[in-house]
Amino acid sequence: MSVAENQAAAGRGSARAVAILSSLGRFLVIAVTTYLGLLAVTFFIGRVIPIDPVLAVLGDRAPTAVVERTRREMGLDLPWIEQFYLYVKAALRGDFGTSVLTTNPVMSDIRRVFPATIELATLGTIIGAVIGVPLGVLAAVKRGSLIDQVARIVGLIGYSVPIFWLGLLGLVLFYAKLQWIAFPARLDVVFEYTFTPITGFYLLDAAIQGQWDVFYDAWRHIVLPAALLGYLSLAYISRMTRSFMLNELAQEYIVAARAKGLSESRIIWGHALRNAAVPMVTVIALSYANLLEGSVLTETVFSWPGIGLYITNSLQNADMNAVLGGTIAIGSVFIAINLFSDLLYRLLDPRTKAG
Amino acid sequence: MSAETIQSRREWLLSDRPASRLQARLGRAYVAWRRFSANRLALVGMLIIIALLVVAAFADVLAPYSPTVGDLKNARLLPPGAAHWFGTDDLGRDIYSRIVYGARWTLYVVILVAIIAAPIGLLVGTIAGYAGGWTDTILMRITDIFLAFPKLVLALAFVAALGPGIENAVLAIAITSWPPYARIARAETLTVRNSDYIKAVQLMGASPFRIVLRHIMPLCISSLIIRVTLDMAGIILTAAGLGFLGLGAQPPLPEWGAMIASGRRFILDQWWVAAAPGAAILIVSLGFNLLGDGLRDALDPRSGDQ
Repeated sequence: MSVAENQAAAGRGSARAVAILSSLGRFLVIAVTTYLGLLAVTFFIGRVIPIDPVLAVLGDRAPTAVVERTRREMGLDLPWIEQFYLYVKAALRGDFGTSVLTTNPVMSDIRRVFPATIELATLGTIIGAVIGVPLGVLAAVKRGSLIDQVARIVGLIGYSVPIFWLGLLGLVLFYAKLQWIAFPARLDVVFEYTFTPITGFYLLDAAIQGQWDVFYDAWRHIVLPAALLGYLSLAYISRMTRSFMLNELAQEYIVAARAKGLSESRIIWGHALRNAAVPMVTVIALSYANLLEGSVLTETVFSWPGIGLYITNSLQNADMNAVLGGTIAIGSVFIAINLFSDLLYRLLDPRTKAG
Repeated sequence: MSAETIQSRREWLLSDRPASRLQARLGRAYVAWRRFSANRLALVGMLIIIALLVVAAFADVLAPYSPTVGDLKNARLLPPGAAHWFGTDDLGRDIYSRIVYGARWTLYVVILVAIIAAPIGLLVGTIAGYAGGWTDTILMRITDIFLAFPKLVLALAFVAALGPGIENAVLAIAITSWPPYARIARAETLTVRNSDYIKAVQLMGASPFRIVLRHIMPLCISSLIIRVTLDMAGIILTAAGLGFLGLGAQPPLPEWGAMIASGRRFILDQWWVAAAPGAAILIVSLGFNLLGDGLRDALDPRSGDQ
């Protein structure tokens, strides 16, 4: 290798390092500004919109001494910008104030209820991906066929149906009429004293401890809400998969693979789907984020004790600290998934690496 | 009208060399309409939306009973039948009549959200795209921040602070739904910003304000309309969700989401109270989705059926 070539290679290497550093820097800037934006909006909602934020937090029956103390604790005598600074500092420590309803710190409440939501959303995404991806692939391969039409209609209804209504109808059919599933809750009362959760994911906990009766009961409680969320994500995942696959199937390498004499299933599942995999990871991550949000309404219908139910219960009791804490919690996870799926896309896609 | 005159009219519309601006416009509209009407699902969507408009306009004629005052003595929780097509609710009100009047509230919400959110997005996007530089960076950063938020949860928090009510629900939805419009408007602005006709207007001494308002915004309208139509279903679902949680329309307003919430207590025995308004929501959002898909395929052939 000549000197010139060596230098050129070194130059390429350092240019690559600079590119990676600058994209990392960009990522950090985006992450920080987005989180600050989220906190600015919740600050605005909690402190600026209410005429008296103390009343919004404590309700109108609190004694005057408590009101005065809270006013000072919240720093309401300080200028806006200083208040926001303190607000951000507290939020970074995970301090969202105290819930009026449960009298616990909001953060400890959130920690208690979040696993239930994660369990529900995860199972929903698994259902959505396991059915949605093959459905989308088939729809793309047999474009215009019956299965394509069916996939399209199923997807369109998934985009158009009010999930809480579908949940109520599901309860009528599967709980009241057919009695296939258990009543709206997370577990039967029977198991309340015999079952101790470890991770907070009941299905997993029951399996670890070998309590298969608990596992079966937990399954009977989660299956319908998870299937509903799964349907929502199926609608999105299958539609996007179809579009990615159509894109791949029109590429020249597919023609080359056919010319080489590869079997059709090898071409579809081995070549085309593998190339569509990168954007699909993003889509599945995004649909997971959407399910976390979609769980708010689903949990309300199924009395599922997750963060959605926590937020709506707090709403009904005008418990603003809890509402905003829950909003920040869902918002943070939502933003994190958004950002990381974007980053993952850049890392996984060989074209962005070469470029 | 003979077959010949129809034939010649079509030729006039499809002419390669339109003699007037009107002919060119009508010709383009005709081509778009032919593409749109070839799509059967899109036509179904359009029919649903026309039906919604008709029902909302003639609610007084179409509804046999009052939407707010019921017959508590004789007509509580009646199953669907000849006198009450969709049954009655716990206050003895005719559910069919309430759904008919509810069409007005659905339209009220989607139209208000559209006329608040779309202009905000249009303004932010065109200014960012035309000005470029720091203005662009800052405006788009704000847009992306809002785009990264969970919409429903944020709308919930807004309504929690503003207080429940249909106007506040509209405001909360509008605040969370403008960012996609800003992105679209910016993208459209960037494609025309350096074109010759903009340079010509600049040379004639037009102010940036005038250029954005008169020469860039009109070009963003068609892609914006497509996007707004596609978003309508989401807006309806969010509004219904807020209504279901008791944060949107307040009783006795016949809003569909709130109607489902009130039927929830009787869901296991009197399922029809909640079933009918939910079906109405499903049909109308399906209509907007089909119409939006059709419009996109007809007006924006580039996107194909992806």
